[in-house]
Amino acid sequence: MLSRLKAKVGSVLLPGDEFCLDTTGADTISLAGPSKANKVVCGPGLRRSGDRLLVYKSGLLRHKEPNMFWMDAQHKRYVPAKGETVIGIVTSKSGDVFKVDIGGSEQASLSYLAFEGATKRNRPNVQVGDLLFAQLIVANKDMEAELVCVDSAGRANGMGVFGAGGLLFRVSLGLARRLLAPQSDLRAELEQLFPCEMVVGMNGRLWVKSTGVQRTLVLANLLESCENLTPVQRRQLFGKLAQGAL
Amino acid sequence: MIMSDAIFSRPTHTFDGMMEECSPSTVSIREFGCEQNLLSRSDGSASFIQGNTSVLAAVYGPAEVKVSKEIYDRATLEVIIQPKVGLPSVKERAQEQCVRETCEASLLLSLHPRSSLTLVLQELHNDGSLLSCFLNAGCMAMMDAGLPMSCLFCGVTCAIHTDGTIITDPTAAQEAESRALMTFAIDSKEHQVMMTSTKGSFSVQEMQQCIAVSQAASEKIFSFHRESLRRRYSKSV
Repeated sequence: MLSRLKAKVGSVLLPGDEFCLDTTGADTISLAGPSKANKVVCGPGLRRSGDRLLVYKSGLLRHKEPNMFWMDAQHKRYVPAKGETVIGIVTSKSGDVFKVDIGGSEQASLSYLAFEGATKRNRPNVQVGDLLFAQLIVANKDMEAELVCVDSAGRANGMGVFGAGGLLFRVSLGLARRLLAPQSDLRAELEQLFPCEMVVGMNGRLWVKSTGVQRTLVLANLLESCENLTPVQRRQLFGKLAQGAL
Repeated sequence: MIMSDAIFSRPTHTFDGMMEECSPSTVSIREFGCEQNLLSRSDGSASFIQGNTSVLAAVYGPAEVKVSKEIYDRATLEVIIQPKVGLPSVKERAQEQCVRETCEASLLLSLHPRSSLTLVLQELHNDGSLLSCFLNAGCMAMMDAGLPMSCLFCGVTCAIHTDGTIITDPTAAQEAESRALMTFAIDSKEHQVMMTSTKGSFSVQEMQQCIAVSQAASEKIFSFHRESLRRRYSKSV
């Protein structure tokens, strides 16, 4: 039943494509074997309707063992999702919440208590226009998105206000995800070029800082051009740069 | 990406039990092509060219919506058509409505409640079949933006010549000497008609013939959709 779907992994699918999932076996409870083995998990771009699997976004079909499927594409507009870390810009301070622009359809709210060591007395020093690295704890289509700058242990864990002397720019969401992937070739190659600091938000915002303005700009231009380069072209470009064509 | 269209035939079509013949010589569409993601600031963009007719489309959204236009359980879709010269008039408004209703039918608007989607269509050159070109460009731009869609759609225009022959994808000159002009939006799932816009007089048989011809032509466009997406993602594997 999943073989047809698995055969399509890595190929282009369009909205309106559908697959039939035979759920007759999955619904009955079996005491002997593992009954949840064949449960299909639909990621972004796929939805279930009865025993059919419908594609609603164009892109490449991706698969992760055992039965997780999603559509991968190069989009530009961010749709907030719970648990993702994003780069936000503080747009206003009102009462006890900050309004933060994260590139979604509406601004996210961030409580001033959601910082490391913040109390009612001890307010964090956040100004309008500051950059924040924060995590979404509430993100669904019906509610306002909500951010925090602490992890579950109350530690900042890299989150909070940042961004003195660096450069912020936008890339496609696909490139941001590629940079964040655990074994990212692109990131490994960048690390070999020259020392730099980089903050990647899942919302397609990228902040870079290197030694000197010129190098920061070179890095930003490189990352922007990586969008449309094949791995071979990219290695050539990086090679040229390493040889001192800077 | 230009895909040249040879004349292709579909000998018979069944409609309500009766067989209809459309002679292959009339079922041809002009060369068409598309470029996606050509604007940097929009969330999705596409230009679509059919012969000499050319349209540029840009999609913005899901974005913040004005309180007066907010709908609590689905996204607000706005379609703006810009003519080549001058200000939009009644004709453009009517076309906007046709495009908007087609898009609303194919988009899953309930997945982005209280947000706005804007589709801007700029006419670059009009050499006939403009409404179908608007539909095709809009669909490509929405696909590029990654908006949730239940199916794709395409637009096909048919003209009935004064001598009764059906011309698909007519030029402006062919449109001028036709007695009736019909534009259909056809969905990619069941190849059914989603929207019609007609002008002039024609019989029921002629309309059904036109629908059959458009459905045949739509298959060409849908295979083009798939091919163009495949080429676009060929690099990022």
